[in-house]
Amino acid sequence: MAKREDVAISLDQGSVAATEKSFGKTAVDLLLNDRRAAIGFCVIALAFILAIWGIHLVPYDPSEPNTVVRFQPPGAAHWMGTDEAGRDIFSRIVAGVQVSLTVATGAVLLALAIGFPLGALSGYAGGWLDALIMRITDGIIAFPTRLLAIALVAFSGASIPSLWFAIAFGSIPSYARIVRGEVLGQKEREYVDAGRAMGESSWAILVRHILPNCMTPVSVRIPLNYAHAITAEASLSFLGLGLVPPTISWGQMLSKSQSYMEVAPWLAVFPGLALASLILGFVLLSDALRDYNGPRYRTARKIA
Amino acid sequence: MLFSYSLKRLYQTVPTLLVISLFVFSLILVVPGDPVLHMLGYVGEDLQAQQFVDKQVYTQMRERLGLDDPIPVQYARWVARTAQGDLGISLNHRVSVLDIIVERLPATFYLALAAMLIGVVVAIPLGIWAAVRQDSWVDHFAHGLVLFGIVTPGFWVALMAVLLFSVHLGWLPSIGYTPPQQDFLKFLKHLTLPAFVLGLDIAAGLLRYLRADFLEQLRQDYVRAARAKGLPEWIVLVKHALKNSLVATVTVLGLDVSRLLGGSTIIETMFAYPGISYLLLQSIYARDFPVVQGSVLFMALIVLVVNYFTDLVYAFLNPRIQYGKA
Repeated sequence: MAKREDVAISLDQGSVAATEKSFGKTAVDLLLNDRRAAIGFCVIALAFILAIWGIHLVPYDPSEPNTVVRFQPPGAAHWMGTDEAGRDIFSRIVAGVQVSLTVATGAVLLALAIGFPLGALSGYAGGWLDALIMRITDGIIAFPTRLLAIALVAFSGASIPSLWFAIAFGSIPSYARIVRGEVLGQKEREYVDAGRAMGESSWAILVRHILPNCMTPVSVRIPLNYAHAITAEASLSFLGLGLVPPTISWGQMLSKSQSYMEVAPWLAVFPGLALASLILGFVLLSDALRDYNGPRYRTARKIA
Repeated sequence: MLFSYSLKRLYQTVPTLLVISLFVFSLILVVPGDPVLHMLGYVGEDLQAQQFVDKQVYTQMRERLGLDDPIPVQYARWVARTAQGDLGISLNHRVSVLDIIVERLPATFYLALAAMLIGVVVAIPLGIWAAVRQDSWVDHFAHGLVLFGIVTPGFWVALMAVLLFSVHLGWLPSIGYTPPQQDFLKFLKHLTLPAFVLGLDIAAGLLRYLRADFLEQLRQDYVRAARAKGLPEWIVLVKHALKNSLVATVTVLGLDVSRLLGGSTIIETMFAYPGISYLLLQSIYARDFPVVQGSVLFMALIVLVVNYFTDLVYAFLNPRIQYGKA
């Protein structure tokens, strides 16, 4: 007969193995069985690869003017044509992924870093602190978020950190609310009582038991938040409120294209297609994740 | 009962109002550099500017603006002034900010109304049709439209529309505005492109919601009962299912106003359409901060008021909810 400790250990290992397997299995399952997840994952992976190494792979220097080949229509030498300074559009689009993803990643992480603890605190503490945090998030939600970003950047000036904050600000409430809701639901579960009975501190219960259970709804929200952040960055750049040249951004390229609509319509087409493809990648992944995790998270789908 | 609910809901807007006012007020605090130098026309980093500015003018202006007072005092003063409708004076136009904003209101109102109308006219029939003929080509088309609306940024759709209808076909003007009382046909021509671009976005959001909700309604018992009674199908769909779907649709539409104002910032600017959003952007470029603050505040207030009435309409349409709980 096995000793009690042995059983406990084997149970423990079993549960660890089960969670590890299920996490790996989840990812593989999702990629193999859901076409949307597979396409989304490929688009996003490609975008990140291009953001890191793209600059070494492109056929031309994206910032080097070459007046000999101004306004070349798409063709064999320049797949997506050239702009008013003779720069290769394809190379510039590849170079532009970096800004898009840098700004979006920073904004998503920042929103998560503020919204997650805020929601956990709100849900776990309850009482007046909960009421206060929820009223503040209500206030932010009532604000048109895009307007908010425009106003913030306009007043503080465009830089990567100011873009991060301006874009993240509007999505803080959604993370705070998701996490708060989950914490409220988990707080009453038996395992929490068990932890408490074993003398664990509130902090340990929150961090070790409750928060890991919030990961699923939060992970559904992240790709959607990315899609939103990418759109926001492009919109700000388009309005001339984003990063300025020599930094290359798609919004900026599209904004410039307005002056040459008659002579070079391709300048307006390709950066927009790139933008839409990247957003599509994140939206598809988000849809697949949502459906995989069941109808409970269907309401999470809302793009601002 | 509805009255007491409307009061309770009004009370709930107070914290929101507080957040909005704090936010708009603190905008001026995050401007890099000295606000007085800004108002005198010097850009943030221009440190040498200080030696060109008359010391006396500088101190007078600081005093007049109360910039040396503690920030809570400045905030209280700003709230008091704003509550009386005094949004300050435009730095560039030397007229009251409120007057400038009010002058721009009709254009934005027409655009928002037209966009909503287009959104509703496209989304309601298409949403019903797609739900009734689930998995047919109509359903796929509706699904494609929804995805298109989510994935393509409005300003790019606008660019493509201008490329096609203004540059290529030459049917519609790409920029400008004519007041309707001046020349109605010209007014419509200027309105068409921006309204359609914004309307498409509204339609996509509404369609996604309506299709799902309508599918849900069709599975309900009351629909089966209505059909069993032998009512014609269109009466079942319109009088019963649609009526119930509209409750949720109103809420989505109400929330869209916030999206519309945010989205119209870019669209109005692209089409040089002189509404509040265009004013906001022009003032940002001109660094006319009182006008920027005023128009942001005004737009946030519009959203607040619309959300308030949306909730009332929602409570009115669906008596089961809330107002008993008050």
